[in-house]
Amino acid sequence: MITKRIIPCLDVKNGRVVKGVNFEGISDVSSPIELARYYSENGADELVFYDITASFEGRALFTDILRQVAEQIFIPLTVGGGINSIEDFDRVLKCGADKVSVNSGAIRRPELIREAAQKYGDQCVVLSADVKRVNGEFHVFAKGGREDTGMEAISWIRQCVSMGAGEVVVNSIDTDGVKQGFDIDLLRPVCEAVKVPVIASGGAGSIRHFTELFHAIPDIDAGLAASIFHFGEVGITELKKELRANGITVRL
Amino acid sequence: MIAIIDYGVGNLFSLVSSLKMIGADATVTSDPATIRSADRLILPGVGAFADAAEKLRDCGLDKVIREAAASGKEILGICLGMQLLFEKSYEYGEHEGLGLLRGHVVPMAGVIPSELKIPHIGWNALHFHKKHRLMKYINEGDCVYFVHSFYAENCTDSLLATAEYGKELTAMVGLGNVMGCQFHPEKSGAVGLKILRAFCEGGDPS
Repeated sequence: MITKRIIPCLDVKNGRVVKGVNFEGISDVSSPIELARYYSENGADELVFYDITASFEGRALFTDILRQVAEQIFIPLTVGGGINSIEDFDRVLKCGADKVSVNSGAIRRPELIREAAQKYGDQCVVLSADVKRVNGEFHVFAKGGREDTGMEAISWIRQCVSMGAGEVVVNSIDTDGVKQGFDIDLLRPVCEAVKVPVIASGGAGSIRHFTELFHAIPDIDAGLAASIFHFGEVGITELKKELRANGITVRL
Repeated sequence: MIAIIDYGVGNLFSLVSSLKMIGADATVTSDPATIRSADRLILPGVGAFADAAEKLRDCGLDKVIREAAASGKEILGICLGMQLLFEKSYEYGEHEGLGLLRGHVVPMAGVIPSELKIPHIGWNALHFHKKHRLMKYINEGDCVYFVHSFYAENCTDSLLATAEYGKELTAMVGLGNVMGCQFHPEKSGAVGLKILRAFCEGGDPS
């Protein structure tokens, strides 16, 4: 049976990983290449790189780093951040990305999903949705969670999947950074609404939160987190051993 | 030298990098002379079967590959490249493959339980059916990375390994000098690199 995936996410700004990291055996803690290698050798099933650079120079540097990572890391790589056009897809895919995630770019112009899926296949297009509760409704937020689009999240996600998104990352703004567990109440209706893999993001603070996630929603495919892995609070191998002990299928 | 056959299908970045990583001398090429002079061939591929088969025919490489196979040269098909090794595919219609292995390619839809998502995407464990040198450095139960919606069947004579996804799906095949992986060894971490190394080293099938 297919295994549940554990995915560390690296935010890269001007060629460096944002958020402090401290692992034994890593000489340069903010080097995306060092950190990617560390994760891939220590049980990560996939890596997500978000380019949070704004400048043109920063973007070129990101692409260069991506190439160096992809030359050495042989697990799937998803790249997001600043993807607004087919040219952006092309730029990161040529540097070794396997999947490309779109967020604000798709909100601005949903057709981007269809165009990319037609050119590169559904499996290559990942929808990343930042979702927050507004007056008891789930709303999609744009621009890194700063702007309420007013759109209802479940129907937005369903629309993007029907246009060709082959996978969905659901990031709950309400639970993000709180470390009290994933947003089960949001993730469950998403999983019921679409038949493509769904990746939970936002809220992981401990191993128990992953066990709860996979038990509460057996259909969910993956759990994504950043700081708990980066700060060494949770080791991926340790996490996977615990998941396996709880009857969840993982790659060890 | 290993020739990675370039017929305009898919992204070869990771495959080239992974062969470099294991120290193999590999060249991406669509030149028949280079393919003829190679020690072994890798046929990659991502996308639709009909489109890929047509591209191979358009650049005349189907003939070059068949000749190479007939001369005993080792070939490894990866993902869609593996599916192309078979006689036929029923992916949106009926399409001729290279016919180097017996069997055909069919959709998972309607065959596996409907609650399972298609494509079959992610890490899944290998179950060995036959001993083969491609598996020399890996173990039963090792996980590899799959992305596909169609699978090969009626290929008992070449079947080496399967992965369970509502049904035992063909994962690795090999008969004589013709071999294939449905999954992506170049995306399957250390296990994938070991399979590529075993292919590149050559030697007896079992």
